[in-house]
Order: sequence, then structure tokens, then C-alpha cells
Amino acid sequence: MTLVTVESLDCRYGLLQAVRGVSFEIGQGETVALIGANGAGKTTLMRAVAGAHRPHGGRVVFDGIDITRIPAHRRVALGIALVPEGRRLFPGLTVEENLRVATSRRRGRWNVKSVLEVFPLLQPRRHVAAANLSGGEQQAVAIGRALMSNPRLLLLDEVSLGLAPVVVDAVYRSLTDVIREGATVLLVEQDLTRALKVAGRVICMLEGRVVLEGDAASLDRDRVVRAYFGLKRPA
Amino acid sequence: MKVQRWTRTSSLFTGGTAVLAVLLACVPLVFDPDVVQKLTTLLILVLLAAMWNALAGYGGMLSVGQQAFIGIGAYGTVFFARQGVSPYMAMILATLLAGAISVPISLFALRLRAAQFAIGMWVIAEVISIIVRLDQNLGAGTGISLIELNQYEPNFRQAYTFWLALAFAVIFLAALFFLLRSPLGASLQAIRDDEDAARSLGVRVAARKRLLFVLAGFGCGAAGVLVVANTLFIEPSSVFSVQWSAYMIFMVLVGGLGTFEGPILGAVLLFAIQTTFTQGGPWYLVGLGATAALFALALPRGLWGTIEERLGLRLMPVGYRVVEAQREKKVA
Amino acid sequence: MTLVNAVLQGIFLGAFYAVLACGLSIMFGVMRIINLAHGDVAVLGAYIVFVIVEHTGVSAFVAFAAALPVMVVLGYILQLTVLERSLKAGILTPLLATFGLSIVIQNLLQLTFSPDVHSLGGSAGVVTTSSWQVTSGLSVSALGIVVLAVAVLVFGALQVFLSRTRAGWVMRATAEDADAAELVGIDSRSVYARATAIAVAIAALGGLFLGIRSVFDPVSGPTQLIFAFEAVVIGGMGSLWGTLFGGIALGVAQTLGAQVHPQFAVMAGHLLFLAVLIVRFGGGRAVLPGVRRALLLRTAR
Repeated sequence: MTLVTVESLDCRYGLLQAVRGVSFEIGQGETVALIGANGAGKTTLMRAVAGAHRPHGGRVVFDGIDITRIPAHRRVALGIALVPEGRRLFPGLTVEENLRVATSRRRGRWNVKSVLEVFPLLQPRRHVAAANLSGGEQQAVAIGRALMSNPRLLLLDEVSLGLAPVVVDAVYRSLTDVIREGATVLLVEQDLTRALKVAGRVICMLEGRVVLEGDAASLDRDRVVRAYFGLKRPA
Repeated sequence: MKVQRWTRTSSLFTGGTAVLAVLLACVPLVFDPDVVQKLTTLLILVLLAAMWNALAGYGGMLSVGQQAFIGIGAYGTVFFARQGVSPYMAMILATLLAGAISVPISLFALRLRAAQFAIGMWVIAEVISIIVRLDQNLGAGTGISLIELNQYEPNFRQAYTFWLALAFAVIFLAALFFLLRSPLGASLQAIRDDEDAARSLGVRVAARKRLLFVLAGFGCGAAGVLVVANTLFIEPSSVFSVQWSAYMIFMVLVGGLGTFEGPILGAVLLFAIQTTFTQGGPWYLVGLGATAALFALALPRGLWGTIEERLGLRLMPVGYRVVEAQREKKVA
Repeated sequence: MTLVNAVLQGIFLGAFYAVLACGLSIMFGVMRIINLAHGDVAVLGAYIVFVIVEHTGVSAFVAFAAALPVMVVLGYILQLTVLERSLKAGILTPLLATFGLSIVIQNLLQLTFSPDVHSLGGSAGVVTTSSWQVTSGLSVSALGIVVLAVAVLVFGALQVFLSRTRAGWVMRATAEDADAAELVGIDSRSVYARATAIAVAIAALGGLFLGIRSVFDPVSGPTQLIFAFEAVVIGGMGSLWGTLFGGIALGVAQTLGAQVHPQFAVMAGHLLFLAVLIVRFGGGRAVLPGVRRALLLRTAR
């Protein structure tokens, strides 16, 4: 069952076109990785799906509803949550406060207690201000915060950014738990290996367009790398 | 494709402006002193609008305290005249004084950001106003007259004042005009558009802003001088009043922030409104305030800015135009 | 003793300034807007109380309770009409728009009421006039105590609201990062409206105290704005408790200045304000770093 449909999405920053005519679908329960070089338009696309960026053209359809004109905070109520690039925690608020401001009316298995169970490293840091957390702890809070609204679609933008590999491993381990519970996930990941390991499908973007799409298992890594960098096949 | 500075329109208009200045000089010879006094007021408004625009439109500095310099110019004139200097010489000195005082103020004021700068300047105006109020020789709180001007016959006095006003207006507008045409001018546009980016390109932002600030100090001081020359009697509560800032904001917002012609248009409009509603009073001020707020929110480019944008019109050759084969596109 | 008395009176005066400044501080802390019409809003509040008192004869405090909901509604209207649009425009727009609004309010007040001064002291009952002589040189007025107590209560209540309630966390989150707040389901528009409504209500409280302490007329607004802004800056922009301390510092500076020369009172406040600005060189950081960490609203960039 298709959960998200993006149709001919066109996103701009003034005169700069960041996303050009992007179309794809995500089925319920799927994990899709969005890959591409810096500046490919991935973050803009994620933000457009989340409602933080108003597209210039095209549509976003979620669970049959055209949400293109719906603002971000109402999309959270519909079941979309974005873990933004750079985490964007509220620095003056504690871990618990960061989580609690993100509660919505949506019922589900996620609340402060269950989030802290999935990220046990946060339990002793519960009342620490977010500004004083380590990178890994902040990432955990950011993901937990998005989970608090019990989303149907979880968007993760570069959760490994700026984190030590060992920390990223821990983050992904918790993520796989979340994924196993049946969430639909669209994630942006710079690390190709990780992306191909965790995702069922891969979409590669270059300069605002989709240049490659396919099942992670069947895609040849070489082909992915070529698409990533925009290299043409040798004659 | 070529980069153009002068277009036929702007050449015509600049020529026309020069002719206008000469014609204006003949005003005192043709009209009654009452009319001359009113037109002097118009010139004061033009000067004030141009100076406030220099600060806010070209320098991004929103000052709600330029009345400090107006007051310095006005009271400075009286002060120098009392020292025995001939009145019109006193006016020149007072203008210089206002400009000079703006320099040390700039050292501290320019480090302040938006709201702090705006209200900081207002507080400075209040401080100067209080200092003046304490001086018995300057009439303390009740006001003082520039009686030294009585040595001139009213017609002549009005004429000299008008010519001085015209001279000031021409000088300061010309200064601004050449400033904007110079390489300095382009960097000022850059500062206005994005201060950090300009700084990273090597534009000496602080020096440029100081130049504008001091120019405005001189200009507002000149306006203050003209106020006392035109009305003869001044008191601290009127000459240091924040009402002046209100007028300046109205003229520039409605005329066109950041354009050269806009403030002049705004001044003419305010003058027209003031002479029509000679009763003045609350209703007209309500209108002024509401209009300024509306323009700030809905028409930030002001009347002239919007006209410029829609018609691609540029009367004064201040910016550059990129002219392509089929269509004309504006750049600066 | 007169020096001690001056400081004491300064604290009372300062508590009044703090209440006046509180709303300004909230709006700056949450929205980064300085509302140049803030003083006029306070005076408007005083006039509404005055109208109620004139028509019903109740005490000023009772009239204030009735005026409060009106002010809250006005606050919401202010946000949704003028301020919201200014937020999206440049840095100068809110200043320009609120400056225009200030002129509109002053002159509408002048049209509705005469330019005469009014006072609420008469209808505030025994509070206005009672005082106790503590020692030969020290007198404590009931009004001073009341204002100080109310100031501490208001700031304390805000503190509790911001640190212990979800609505308060939501407001702080929106203040720190409105974009991220939207992404977690917070409607920043309504948070801003709430902040403005609270700010306007507290401003009205300031107006009430202004009316009781002294007199007001349609053009009293700008003076109150300057004192409020000075209090906010002295205490550190973006810091809530800083505004309370800043208000008191301003009050004490003024009363000490009055000891030097009666006309020097307001000037002393201005000089303290300018000195603080010079020392900080245009920054917005609180004077005491330790205090900053204890404060709840993020300080200015």
C-alpha cells in the first residue's frame, strides 16, 4: 500500500532550483534511502515532504490526502515527523522537555518512557539541557523527539553527520529496532554502505533530479557510485 | 549588451533638476515672504528625508534619534549668535558642530544593532535635550528666539533663509548623489543587501556606515539650523521631539526607502498633507502613523520604489542598467 | 539615611519599571521584536481602567480585572494583524510598523480623551496614600510594597510557566528555533500570539501602576517605552529575571540621580543605559554569565 507519493516536485530558493521534477512513491513499511552528493537537493526534498518548505510546483500525497498546502505542524498530526539535518534540538530545554514538547494527539507506542528504553544512554541525562549533550546523545534525542508524535512516516536527514562511527553504529542499532516495528522510513545517508544495508530501496539524486532508483539488494554498487557522482558509463 | 549609466530619461531629468534649482533660486524674488517661508519648510523636509534615507535606506541604520542633531543645529545657532557671531555665520558653525558631534557618537552608536541603535539614538537625543534644558543661557525649558536675525528686514531675512535652505538641500543631495555614484556607492548597496557578505568581500562596512552617519549628522544639523532661521523661536520639547523622526520615517517609507528620488517625493507629499490639513492635530497624525505602518508592512519599497520597479524608470543616474538586445533589465 | 532611603525608593520605582518592561522582554525573547508601541499599549491599558472606573465607580484594581480580557484580545489582534507580517519581513520592518502604530495609538487616545492628564490614584483606595515611617529617614509606602510584590509575583509566575508547564516549554522551544518547533508539531503562529497577549496584559498592568503612582496622558507612551527598554537592556536582552534586576537598577539610578539634582533623575537612568550599551559594545549578552545560565530564555545572538 502506497503511503507517500511525490509527484513532479519542484522546490526553489529564490531563483535557485533545488529540486527538479522529482517523483517517487514509498509503500507502507518500506525503508527508502535517499542518497546523493552535497547540494543534490536531498534536504530540501525532505523538508518539502515534512512541510517546512513550500514547493514551487508538484504535489505531495500522504495516505491519499494531498498535503502540499498543509503546514508542517499539521503534518505532524497527520503522522509525518522529520529528524532535521543538524539535529536542531532546543538547546535550552532538557532532554525530557525536548521530548515532551513534541507530543501530539496521536496514540501509539512511543512516549517518554519507551523512547528512553530504546535509547538507554539518555536515561541518566534526562534532565540535562540539550546544549550540554554529546553529539550521539543529541542525535538520540532528535530521533526520540520525532518518535514522540507516533509518526507513520519517519524522515531522517543525515543522522550520522558529525558523529564518530561507533556512535553511528549505536544510533543505527536503535533505528533498526524502530524499523522492525513497522515504521515507514525515508532516510538521507551519506555513508553508502550503511544506506544500502539498512534500506530496502535506494533513490539517488543529483542536482535536484532523481538519477537512479531501485532495490538495494539488486543494485550494483558501482552503478550507484556512478549515479552519485554523475559519471557517464564508459563507451 | 552594454552596461549603461545614463539613459535618455535620466540625462533629461538631471538637466531638468539643474534648471529647477536655478528657478527655485528666484522664488524669493517672485513670491511673498509667507510663501517663501512655506517653501523653506518644504526644503527642510526634503533635506531631512534625504538624510534619514541615507541612514536607513543606504546604510540599514534605523535611527529614531536624528532630532538630536536637529536640536544641536538649532540651539547651536542661537549659542554662536549669542557669542557675537553674525547669524548666518552662526548657522554654518552650528551645522559644522552638529556634524562634529556626530563623529564621537558614531564610535559607539554604530556598534549597536537594530533596536538598540534605534532607541539608543533616541536616548542620546533625550540626553542632549536635557542638557540643553539645564542651560539658562539657552532659555532653559521655555525656549529661546534668534533675535539676532531681527537686524534683517523680514523680506530679506526670509530670502536669505530660503537661499541657505536651497543651498543646503542642493549640497547634501549632491553629496549623496556623488557618494552613490562612486565605488563607495556600490559598496553601500552591497552593505544594505547583505552586510556580512559585503564584509567578507572586503568592503569596509564600518567606515562606510560612519560616513553615512556623519553625513546625516551634518544634514540634520543643517535642518535644525534652518528650523530656527525659519521660525525664529525654538524650544527643547519641539526641536528635540521624536515627532521629527516620525515625519522622517513617514516621508521615506511612503516615498521609497533606498531610492534617491523617493524621499523627495515623500517630502513633497508630507508638505502637501501638512499645508492641506493646517489644523494638524490628532486625525492627521493618526493617518500619518497608519500610513507609515501600512507601507512598512505592505509596500516596503514605497511609492517611488514601486513605480521604479513597475516602469523600469530611473530618473537620477545613480545605479547601472544592463541593456540587452530585446529587453532592458536593471541591475543596481 | 537619605541615601538608603533613596535606594529603597529606587527599588520600589524599579519594580514598577520592571513590570512595564516585562512585556517588552517577553516579546523580544520569543519573537526578537521590539515593540515600539509598547509604552502606548501600557497607557491604553491605563485608559481602559480609567473608563471603567469613571463609569462604574469601582476600585482601580477591580476595573483592571475587567480590563484584562480586553487587553488580551487586543494583544491577539495586534499579533495577528501587525506583528505577524513584520516577522517575516526584514529586521527594520517591525520597528517601523510598531513606530507607526505608536503614533496611531497616541493620537487615537488624544481624540477619544482630551490631552489632559488623568490619574488612577484616587480610585486605588488606601494603597495610594498609606506609608510607614520605619526610621527617621526611611519611609515605606504601601504602593511601593504592592508593586514590588506584584513584580516578583509576575516574574515568578512567568518563570514557573516557562520552566514547569508544557505550554511554557513550547514557548521556549519556539523562541529558540521556530522552524524546528514547527517540525515537531508546534504551531508557531499561535505561540507568538499567546506571547503577545501575555506581554500586552502585563503592559496593561504597568499602565495601571503608572496611573496609580502618577499621572498619564495620551502621549505618555514614549516615555514609558524608553524606561522599559532601558530596563531590558540594563538587565540583558533576552533574559527574563534580568529585566527585573534591570528595572530595579534603573529605578535606583534615577533616585540616586535625584539626590544629586532633581532634574538629574531621568538623566542618570539614561547614562546608566548608555554606559551598559558601551560596555557591551552592542552585544546582547547578560552581564553575569552565571546568571545567564540560570535564566530560561535564550539570550540574543
